[in-house]
Amino acid sequence: MEVIIENLPLYWDGLLRTLFLSAVSGIIALILGTLLAAARVSPVAALRGFSTVYVEVLRNTPLTIAFFFAAIVLPRLGVRFEQFEVAAIIALSAYTAAFVAEAVRSGVNSVPLGQAEAARSIGMKFGQVLTLIILPQALRTVIPPLINILIALVKNSSVAGAFFVLELFGYGRQMANANGDQVMAVLLGVAFFYLLLTVPLGILASTVERKVAIAR
Amino acid sequence: MTTQASGDALVSLNGVNKHYGQLHVLRDINLQVRKGEVVVVIGPSGSGKSTLCRAINRLETIDNGDISIDGKHLPEEGKQLANLRADVGMVFQSFNLFAHKTILENVTLGPIKVKGVSKAEAEKEAMKLLERVGVGHQAPKLPAQLSGGQQQRVAIARALAMKPKVMLFDEPTSALDPEMINEVLDVMIQLAKEGMTMIVVTHEMGFARKAADRVVFMADGQIVEDTQPEEFFTNPQSNRAKDFLSKLLTH
Repeated sequence: MEVIIENLPLYWDGLLRTLFLSAVSGIIALILGTLLAAARVSPVAALRGFSTVYVEVLRNTPLTIAFFFAAIVLPRLGVRFEQFEVAAIIALSAYTAAFVAEAVRSGVNSVPLGQAEAARSIGMKFGQVLTLIILPQALRTVIPPLINILIALVKNSSVAGAFFVLELFGYGRQMANANGDQVMAVLLGVAFFYLLLTVPLGILASTVERKVAIAR
Repeated sequence: MTTQASGDALVSLNGVNKHYGQLHVLRDINLQVRKGEVVVVIGPSGSGKSTLCRAINRLETIDNGDISIDGKHLPEEGKQLANLRADVGMVFQSFNLFAHKTILENVTLGPIKVKGVSKAEAEKEAMKLLERVGVGHQAPKLPAQLSGGQQQRVAIARALAMKPKVMLFDEPTSALDPEMINEVLDVMIQLAKEGMTMIVVTHEMGFARKAADRVVFMADGQIVEDTQPEEFFTNPQSNRAKDFLSKLLTH
């Protein structure tokens, strides 16, 4: 147990870095995912096609591939980053956006068709129907699954530790190497700090779920 | 059949056809509605009357034929279609009030977002309309807090707020409890008296007798009769209409 107490500053720093990676990737994924969902239901066939292919490819391949692509393939194509964090953020947000898009799309489908018809019948254009009528109602039903996606994102961010990014898991690896006799304690500490981030998110999900149910 | 020259028609359908797969839901429909006219469309279920109503603001596409409103052909898509829809009020069977907006917002949203009316002006107009349909005191509530009859009256106010040239009613009382039907019909009769052009798909024969200038009877996707209400109810020409009316009277 001392190993955890002794390394508390490292754990703390790792926690903050994991939080940073997850927060930035999460925000980008939410925006990108919503745009992808909008493309998926748009009247333009090319946008629908692009969105479908993007979501299916990213959702059905391992996150590690996204990381390899961002960390190794992108630099070869001439995209250079100062830090590996940027590659990690690109991989995490691109991957998570696919799941966000699917969740938002199912939310859009949960809004009765009559809502869109009524909006169109008073002369709203596609963008207005979507942003004023459909998405505000869809997002309410989508908040609980979105929080689950964010919980997965926090855990997925540990893959960055394997790509030279120092975050909670990356520090954990370092500490485990430095304290070979106390690997169990070190890893339990890592798990505890992940729980510190994910459990509150889970509680938030169930609270929100009860609050936002809209009456019809 | 009494058909007017399409020149002075506000709503004009010429040779309109539509299929759902094998089913021919609209068969060569010709219908002209003049300004201020109240046309009631009746017929057995599956006769295509709702599809006809929804085709007029292109919530349903058509295979061929031509629909024009106030002399303008119905555009296929995009901005022009949105602009044209703003001139055509629509009231749905299931009300379709925006579930996440208050009653007042339901009525002001169109004028503000589509017509660019100021919020204050839109709210003043909306309150007048809500008072007129008798739900002014419900303005801050959400749709789910209102009864069906009240929701449908709000839906009428929402459509009127756009100052439409014509109002379409797609079975506006079919989802209502019997005691609420009259409160909606009263609003519609008032509207008809004030000279609004209306196309009403309904099963309410009382409304047809009281407020309609013409009754259009549809069966199997065709317009079978197009005549005066009294004439239709007392002296129907076709066997389909006789059959339909006799079934109504036995209940």
